Amino acid sequence: MQVPAFEWIKNLMTFTLFLQHIVNALSLGSLYALLAIGYTMVYGILRLINFAHGDIFMIGAYVAFYGTALFVLPWWASLLISIVFTALFGIGLERVAYKPLRDSPRISIMISAIGASFLLENLAVLIFGGRPKGVEVPKVMGQVLNIGSVSFLGVSLFIPIITFGLFVLLMWIVNGTKTGIAMRAVSTDIETSRLMGIDVNRVVSFTFGLGSLLAAFGGIMWSYKYPQLNPLMGVMPGLKCFIAAVIGGIGNIGGAVLGGLLLGIIEIMIVAFFPTLSGYRDAFAFILLIIVLLVKPTGLLGKRQAEKV
Amino acid sequence: MKMNKNQLYTVVALCAILLFIVIADNCFDAFTLRVFNLCAIYIILALSLNLLNGFTGLFSLGHAGFMAVGAYVCALLTMPPELKEMNYFLTPIVPILKNITLPFFPSLLIAGLASALVGLLIGAPVLRLKDDYLAIATLGFSEIIRVLITNAQPITNGAQGLKGLPRFSTTYTVWAVAGVVVLFMVLLMRSSYGRAMKAVRDDDLAAEAMGINVFKVKVTSFTVSSFWAGIGGALLGHMITTIDPKMFTFSLTYNIVLIVVLGGVGSITGSVLAAILVTVLMEALRFLDEPMNFLFIHTGGLPGLRMVVFSVLLMIVVIFRQKGIMGGKELSWASVAAFRERHSRKGRPQ
Repeated sequence: MQVPAFEWIKNLMTFTLFLQHIVNALSLGSLYALLAIGYTMVYGILRLINFAHGDIFMIGAYVAFYGTALFVLPWWASLLISIVFTALFGIGLERVAYKPLRDSPRISIMISAIGASFLLENLAVLIFGGRPKGVEVPKVMGQVLNIGSVSFLGVSLFIPIITFGLFVLLMWIVNGTKTGIAMRAVSTDIETSRLMGIDVNRVVSFTFGLGSLLAAFGGIMWSYKYPQLNPLMGVMPGLKCFIAAVIGGIGNIGGAVLGGLLLGIIEIMIVAFFPTLSGYRDAFAFILLIIVLLVKPTGLLGKRQAEKV
Repeated sequence: MKMNKNQLYTVVALCAILLFIVIADNCFDAFTLRVFNLCAIYIILALSLNLLNGFTGLFSLGHAGFMAVGAYVCALLTMPPELKEMNYFLTPIVPILKNITLPFFPSLLIAGLASALVGLLIGAPVLRLKDDYLAIATLGFSEIIRVLITNAQPITNGAQGLKGLPRFSTTYTVWAVAGVVVLFMVLLMRSSYGRAMKAVRDDDLAAEAMGINVFKVKVTSFTVSSFWAGIGGALLGHMITTIDPKMFTFSLTYNIVLIVVLGGVGSITGSVLAAILVTVLMEALRFLDEPMNFLFIHTGGLPGLRMVVFSVLLMIVVIFRQKGIMGGKELSWASVAAFRERHSRKGRPQ
């Protein structure tokens, strides 16, 4: 007996090819997850869409690029330097662009975030130049691995593993440490936590630092996977990862990871199964977002919030 | 007919503006005139966004999408068949579209209506969302529109865009439309519809309790705003004479948001002033991107410096003067008189 759907899949791809797509989807999804965590943490605490997060991701990638290309550092050293620098940069950005507006209407902070995002992009054009730059991929990341008949780049395997490690670490920080408890308290009620003696500014800075650190890591891994840098490289991933955070349930770190993975898998798989739709690739995330917002606005793992009158 | 002093001032000011437009059209060189006309288009766009952001309190980031709809619809209706054939050399155009050619004004109207229809279809589901969720959803829709335009080759010519559109956006056309939009906004804000919109902005629960159909007001505002955005996009297309999907990215929306915020969210005169200011500055600061000799410092070309200056400007306005130039108030003869009164009193020796 022949089932038409099976025949169609069989004609389209072999099992090996399917596994190959899975590996690809997991690594893209993990990258999305790394960025989405930053969005979700900042939104959870300040109720702010940090539009500049995608640009922080770009800056992380550029700093690591200059570390190896200009200062001839080994790749791991420039990775570390870039992560530290970007984390500090994220903290500085919050101080300059968001802190003065903490008590303003939410729309003002959002406009400030959009302004910051454009400022960073234009600064990047000014400082780094608008022409795309080719990244030299470290040997470990660039080598082709073969497991059975499936072959993929080292970086594709490395990304999901390290993302999982970082996720576990993050869950420990949020659930097991005092700072983490403070973070959760601030995200529940900023005023009350201030009354309880929590230094809100320090918690916010810590959150931005942590988010930017993950974004920098994501940016560098992105530049190893797709070895080309340009000043606008963070825009689309940034938007998509915010969407991933919304899909997972904003404010929920597990949800961000789930949303990121889901988005990565859907993107790769739709293009794999329906090659004619590849031109619409960038639209999937937005369509998914609109469906989720209309059907379950709190996201997959989000809590329902009652509207206060 | 008796007129009071303020009405007389208004008539004089309108005549002066009209005279200036006539002089500009005859005396300005091509580049200056282009900037001058761009001001009018940005006035239209800024007012249509301000209707949403400022007067109804709906923060939308989807303006570029509606402009794209307007620009494409108008271009496809006005382009003569030969021109279409020249443009669509990769994929032939859909036969029905090929032979339609309408005069400019009906096309402009249809473009606006098409954009309004898209606004209605998008608005009906999306306007259930609030604040930043609404912003991100509208942004999403505008991206979806752009992706659709890029991929609908037989209709829109895809990424190649459309070239050589007839230059219909003359000085008189764009300024006439800008005048109509200003008048429309002033009248709208004085009507019960406008007051309902402001009520929804200030407190939608209270507005609902007063018997205003909040959802209907929001959808109306969204539809009207997309209508004007479509008209603005069509005029822009026929002025630059080339359109392609890359033109309608988020940065276009950003420029308009910049104007609205700079002018003062919820101020008609603020939007008009800021639209002129930003357009002129954008062109005047072009020298920043070019190589400079400054005392002993010689810089090579610095592409991007101009946009950095603009981004910093927006950040400064948002952080230090959130209200923008006008801060939700309107410029009127009464306010000018009050301003002069205050300053002349200050200047007088005690």
